Amino acid sequence: MHQGTFDLTLDQITKIEGHASLTLRVNNGTVTNCTFEIPEYKRFYTQAVRGKKIQAIPQMVARICGTCSNAHLLCSIHAIEDAQGIQPTKQTYQIRRLLNNGLIIRDHALHLYVFVLPDLYNRDSLLEFDESNLEEHELVHDAFAIKEAGNLLAKWSGGRSVHAPSPTIGGFLTLPTNGEQEKLVLKLELIREKVIKIIKIFEKCEFELREDVLFSALHDDNYDFLGKTIITAENACVPARNYSDHLKHVVKPYSQASAYTYEGKIFIVGALSRMNLSKDGLHKNTKKGASSALALFPSQNIFHNNLAQAMEILHCLDDSIDILSQLEIKEEKPVPYKLKAGVGTGVIEAPRGTLYHRYTIDHEGTVIKGDIIVPTGQNQIAIEKSLWDFAQNNLHLPKEKLSYEMEKIVRAYDPCMSCASHFLKLKIQQE
Amino acid sequence: MRNKLRIGWFTFTCCEDSTILFTELLNTHWDDWKDKIEFVNARILKANNKIERLDVSFVEGSISSEEQADKLKLIRENSKILVAIGACAVTAMPSGWRNTFDEATKKEIQFLIDRYSHLKKVEPLSTYVKVDESVQGCPMNEEKFLEFINSVLKT
Repeated sequence: MHQGTFDLTLDQITKIEGHASLTLRVNNGTVTNCTFEIPEYKRFYTQAVRGKKIQAIPQMVARICGTCSNAHLLCSIHAIEDAQGIQPTKQTYQIRRLLNNGLIIRDHALHLYVFVLPDLYNRDSLLEFDESNLEEHELVHDAFAIKEAGNLLAKWSGGRSVHAPSPTIGGFLTLPTNGEQEKLVLKLELIREKVIKIIKIFEKCEFELREDVLFSALHDDNYDFLGKTIITAENACVPARNYSDHLKHVVKPYSQASAYTYEGKIFIVGALSRMNLSKDGLHKNTKKGASSALALFPSQNIFHNNLAQAMEILHCLDDSIDILSQLEIKEEKPVPYKLKAGVGTGVIEAPRGTLYHRYTIDHEGTVIKGDIIVPTGQNQIAIEKSLWDFAQNNLHLPKEKLSYEMEKIVRAYDPCMSCASHFLKLKIQQE
Repeated sequence: MRNKLRIGWFTFTCCEDSTILFTELLNTHWDDWKDKIEFVNARILKANNKIERLDVSFVEGSISSEEQADKLKLIRENSKILVAIGACAVTAMPSGWRNTFDEATKKEIQFLIDRYSHLKKVEPLSTYVKVDESVQGCPMNEEKFLEFINSVLKT
């Protein structure tokens, strides 16, 4: 029992993307402090982009994050194309969509199998699953097969699954080669049953933590992660380019990341928000294959972020099969453009939620100013709220168990610290 | 059966692209490695991590603080072979963009350098410890990494 006064510090939260820690302070049976800290060191990308030519920006900002690299790549390309008035071709849109689908499949599978699944099976690591137990043996191999399928999809469409070299402003430097589409479809079809199995596992998972917060996501009618409008659970509808006007930066002095509220409210971005707000747009085969899971949304259970990610893997798989079955790559060069001065915004749904890039560019194509808002920064306050609420309601737990359960909550949010520590928001921090 | 190779995978200031690439290599290589490798420390894969009796430590990222430098030294003391993984570990770029900033930009970010006790400059691993091997690239060169790990597994 810990009804009294104690401190709990978890220096290194494991099985997440990057470095994070948490501190809990309890005084006379009341939580007096609960912080989710991001000690990842800043790399100052917001400053580094200044003075660079726009052609160099996408590959540069992809280096903000290894796992989300292709999301930063696509988002920055969208922002620059917006500034330059470039309309990419339908083929470019389709290949970008496949690249993003590959990212979602690979990244969600990493989170679900490698980070979260050990909590469901009481193992320290996926690699320590009992290979003599058929169920556990299969899950290890399912993990590798699904991640690999996402990998292959991204490699074919973008040249590599991390920091893809082919996408560029206006199109692709190197196009995918014809003749591979059928093989990729086969690979995706082969993992479909495995994906349905992991959906069932997370559907049955009894982890629960309900939060009364605002959900927000970039919306489109066919759940393509590249939509044009932000919607929230309060039915607000905001053009994506105005998104940042609704966010307020909140300084967390113990964290090297930037936190945000949405119109002063605590909010959440990511798979749970997308599923809550856009599930009607899922692929018809996904709706059929995951019908009982679908009925659980909208949901306020934070742990349903895991289930929503599993369902998104299926959606990206079904969507990719459709695109690949009809896509014959034709030779085309990136759309030519004449440099002009202006401001451009890119907003996409990265695996962990809404990602926002904005660049101010001069008439020679040099970046004057860059702004980047990442999903984990937007979720930071909600993460702390969940940790605080859970701790207050569970002070009876032994310290070790309390710490473990709080780590599980952090994992459910799937934060990405590499993304969160890329930059600084100067005007507020100088206050 | 011979003892498993005791491996550590560590990261400092970087985007962890090579760590991600490494987890992707497990997709196709884990069946071959599982009887030969033991992860003694790999924060991305497991919770129970130790820095002791490491045969090979792979270290991604560059060094931004004294605290990181101390941890790197501890890893070095406990590792037979230390391998720098990726551009940031080998060259301190691109994590070290701030090393290249002009005076005005440096001044602009100075309050954060002070607040979070950053080092004056972002450094590659070799500034602080002896590096036995390097796998360069951003992300690391996959073939070179496999070449290295296979050569260690053979010896």
